[in-house]
Amino acid sequence: MASPVNTPVISAKSLDLTFQTADAPVQALKDVSLDIAQGDFVSFIGPSGCGKTTFLRCIAGLETPTGGTLTVNGMPPDEARRARAYGYVFQAAGLYPWRTIAGNIKLPLEIMGYSKAEQNDRVARVLELVELSDFGAKYPWQLSGGMQQRASIARALAFDADILLMDEPFGALDEIVRDHLNEQLLALWARTNKTIGFVTHSIPEAVYLSTKIVVMSPRPGRISDVIESPLPKERPLDIRDSPEFIEIAHRVREGLRAGHSDA
Amino acid sequence: MSKVLPVLAVVASIFTLWYAAVPFMNVKETLTGLERAGTTVVPDNPIARRDASAVALVLRNSFAIPATYAQERPRLPAPHQVAQDLWETVVLKKVTSKRSLVYHGWITLSATLLGFTIGTGAGILLAVGIVHSRAMDMSVMPWAIASQTIPILAIAPMIIVVLNSVGIQGVVPKAIISAYLSFFPVVVGMVKGLRAPDAMQLDLLKTYNASGSQGFWKLRLPASMPYLFASLKIGVAAALVGAIVAELPAGGARGLGGRMLTGSYYGQMVQIWSALVFAAVLAASLVLLIGWLQNRTLKRMGLL
Repeated sequence: MASPVNTPVISAKSLDLTFQTADAPVQALKDVSLDIAQGDFVSFIGPSGCGKTTFLRCIAGLETPTGGTLTVNGMPPDEARRARAYGYVFQAAGLYPWRTIAGNIKLPLEIMGYSKAEQNDRVARVLELVELSDFGAKYPWQLSGGMQQRASIARALAFDADILLMDEPFGALDEIVRDHLNEQLLALWARTNKTIGFVTHSIPEAVYLSTKIVVMSPRPGRISDVIESPLPKERPLDIRDSPEFIEIAHRVREGLRAGHSDA
Repeated sequence: MSKVLPVLAVVASIFTLWYAAVPFMNVKETLTGLERAGTTVVPDNPIARRDASAVALVLRNSFAIPATYAQERPRLPAPHQVAQDLWETVVLKKVTSKRSLVYHGWITLSATLLGFTIGTGAGILLAVGIVHSRAMDMSVMPWAIASQTIPILAIAPMIIVVLNSVGIQGVVPKAIISAYLSFFPVVVGMVKGLRAPDAMQLDLLKTYNASGSQGFWKLRLPASMPYLFASLKIGVAAALVGAIVAELPAGGARGLGGRMLTGSYYGQMVQIWSALVFAAVLAASLVLLIGWLQNRTLKRMGLL
């Protein structure tokens, strides 16, 4: 396993997170340690309740760990959030129905105080990145689910954060659309060299996209395996029929199964 | 057409019921009048008629039914009598005449609109406070609810008298009572509307490190628009009721409430019904106007 050369962009050491609920405390994360290097595409995979989304939210500063240390760009996550270190893509596109697609992408730019000209430049650029250049003036309801999700990715890319955090962004889409978006996402990643954290519960999706696959298991949420993918950065869709691909998928499945049996 | 038919069906059944009720409501006075004019009625003893049931009187004096629809001062005026009075007081009278319903309607409408504006403004401000401050949520909301449990008929004279004693007269006291009734639906609707954005939407703004006021102007306020319009429709009707109620203790015999009051002083049921119908049409027009604004705004916002 190759160790990251540079200092990690995201670094978690013995991270714990316990939610205080009405009846009993729930341990969502237990002793999670992970380094993510610049330019990595890291997938978090595991059954529901394994803490993959919680971990992503910790990185985003949307949840506060109760133990251990976590740094993003060398800062505590909350500071990184205030420095707008990352773009976050949620499971639902969550576009504002009263704004056009371009207007939706402008939302973070307006909040961050970009000039009007800069806003328009950036909107045009990210719309092109997600292949929605002709749809800037359309309203969300005029777009398909897949296009809406691409628009929400464009919105997360608009302010040029180096990190892109994606929480099951294609979970609600059908498989054909999902394949297409996966291909586009890889191309986008190759062009922008961003560090991507990607939560999914699809094994083929995780293997196809990632340079590093983090397999997690539930109760308490913890990392059961970290797989460095030997697949090349150039990945046509049919790489999924190659023996290497099938072997990694097999290892992920084994990791998931092991996590389940001792849960 | 599919929208008009159900409405017409309801209107037709109301009119049928109304016309059917008129003979029974008016039979006693009609028979007394006929007897005085020399007609033989059954029974011919006024005390026996007083104790008889209206149904029996109508059945035994069926010849008198047409006359029940043409009484000078009917207990229940027939729809055509109300319509005729409306025609005379709305169309034929000059709008500056004290007997014109347009004149009285405008007096009530001006108080309604002023009160509705005050009530809506206060309602929105309170809702913003309630959503952004936990202290206000805990303290203001119970009082807002309590305020609506006090009968408006009990509190309206007090407001009028108190304001009168400090020299505030005319449209303002009425507007305040209107506002008192119309702010509540706006508060309830706007609190719900401003809280409508889900956790994901709020998280998204957090990832942008957006400030509270950015969240308000860019997310909460636009998201609350459907709720605001629904509340405004209830609020404007309540404001009209408030203005009419406020005119009852004012005793000035001005406005639709004044018309209803003088009508009841002098046993002029037709006048009361005309004012009532006029007020209902006014309320319906205000609600329709807001509905039209709602449609236009929400369509433009892509929320419809």
